[in-house]
Amino acid sequence: MSAAPLLAIKGLRASYGKIEALKGVDLDIKPGEIVALIGANGAGKSTLMMTIFGKPRARAGSIEFDGTDITEVPTHQIARLRIAQAPEGRRIFPRMSVAENLQMGADATDSTEAERSTSLERVFKLFPRLQERLTQRGGTLSGGEQQMLAIGRALMSRPRLLLLDEPSLGLAPLIARQIFEAIRTLNKQDGLTVLIVEQNANHALRLAHRGYVMVNGLITLSGSGSELLQRPEIRSAYLEGGRGG
Amino acid sequence: MDYFAQQLINGLVLGSIYGLIAIGYTMVYGIVGMINFAHGDIFMIGGFIALISFLILVSFGLTFVPVILLIVLLVSMAITALYGWTVERIAYRPLRHSFRLAPMLSAIGMSFVLMNYSQIAQGARVKPVPPIITGGYTLYEADGFVVRLSNVQIVVVVTTIVLLAIFTWLVAKTRLGRDMRACEQDQTMAALLGVDVDRTISMTFVIGAALAAVAGMMYLLYYGLVDFFMGFVAGIKAFTAAVLGGIGSLPGAMLGGLLIGLIETMWSAYFSVEYKDVAAFSILIIVLIFLPTGLLGRPEVEKV
Repeated sequence: MSAAPLLAIKGLRASYGKIEALKGVDLDIKPGEIVALIGANGAGKSTLMMTIFGKPRARAGSIEFDGTDITEVPTHQIARLRIAQAPEGRRIFPRMSVAENLQMGADATDSTEAERSTSLERVFKLFPRLQERLTQRGGTLSGGEQQMLAIGRALMSRPRLLLLDEPSLGLAPLIARQIFEAIRTLNKQDGLTVLIVEQNANHALRLAHRGYVMVNGLITLSGSGSELLQRPEIRSAYLEGGRGG
Repeated sequence: MDYFAQQLINGLVLGSIYGLIAIGYTMVYGIVGMINFAHGDIFMIGGFIALISFLILVSFGLTFVPVILLIVLLVSMAITALYGWTVERIAYRPLRHSFRLAPMLSAIGMSFVLMNYSQIAQGARVKPVPPIITGGYTLYEADGFVVRLSNVQIVVVVTTIVLLAIFTWLVAKTRLGRDMRACEQDQTMAALLGVDVDRTISMTFVIGAALAAVAGMMYLLYYGLVDFFMGFVAGIKAFTAAVLGGIGSLPGAMLGGLLIGLIETMWSAYFSVEYKDVAAFSILIIVLIFLPTGLLGRPEVEKV
């Protein structure tokens, strides 16, 4: 484990108004890793994802991407560094076609025509449904299709780091499995580095190389996916009573 | 019937001018959720700049009308766009994260600033110009009544159609248009996807102002006069048009503009000229009560 981290977060603090959502978070991700971030509702997982993009801005601490401090970089320039996010609530553009939503992703990194068509092929291979729905408006897609579109749009920007916020939320188990499978494929075949936030801890930890557990804006535990799966406190807090296997 | 046909032509011409202004209201509302009450005055500024650049060109001895018109059009669009950009920059952007009414109040203030600035700089008197485009066609003649389509009416309508076609293409097909729509639908997500939201909002004001400048120039050509107060009533009527069409909807703004132009003209023709403004604003009230989303406005609930 000597490789320099692709993303290194140190002592990160951030708040929404007066509520401090991150209280000094340390986390790093090495190139080619899938890292899962698990925790209860309101633990600050989505805030961490958004703070990487400067929304909200960090109050203290630092975020380094590939050795460069990006803590103060304007939000719209983060995408240019090829960090992409499929955010909480999917946030696809409801009154744009599927094709235009994907184009927004390609625009994020000023892709050339060739890069764009390569990315598009990759997205269609992972999610053939999107190809069938190309001219349909985003808002008319089903929840699962919207999630595919949100991930597809993020992939169109040819990310080096992909942030996925609850990709399985609200999806039928079969579709959720498809999406997890797609993430695994991207990681294995293209070496894509992924940070995934999940309430479905079981799925996420099986998928991930390493995991972090977040409670009330702090990282309380970290370790390899299989290690965390064995921990009794994880089992009782996030697995049993939640949905299993 | 002849009388009606003539009023129809007049109404469509007036409606084109309202439509061009209405687009500025609806675009800004779509992207930043505020009514830009200074937009009518931007239209007035456009009319003045058209007049001034026209006089300058003529004093240089230019006499070929199409060239004069084209230069006047481009110059007024460019300079008025700069006004639109500046207004957003100094009066709205600093208030973007303030309470909801703040930018609107600032807009009303900006409207007075522009009006008084023009009054001081250009004087309070109405500025007439001799007809620049003359002549026309007689479409129909019977019983001493003539239905005429003047060249200036043709210029107004054709210019409007051409600019709207360019504008529609820009919004639907270009990256700037896509970015504008993205910001309108979800600013945070647009920013995550690398869209410079501030710049895109600025561009929205620039484009809205440029279209208002075209309307200002058309007004100058059609009515042969400008004054510092003309933006007030025209602005509110265009705003009514935007609400009638469905605020936030671009085709709606154009449709609303045409309808308000027609309603106003028909009312003047068949009832009373004195109450034409009452007719237009009654429409605003009726629409707000019975059809708050307007004719082409989208329903509030969107499947997400």
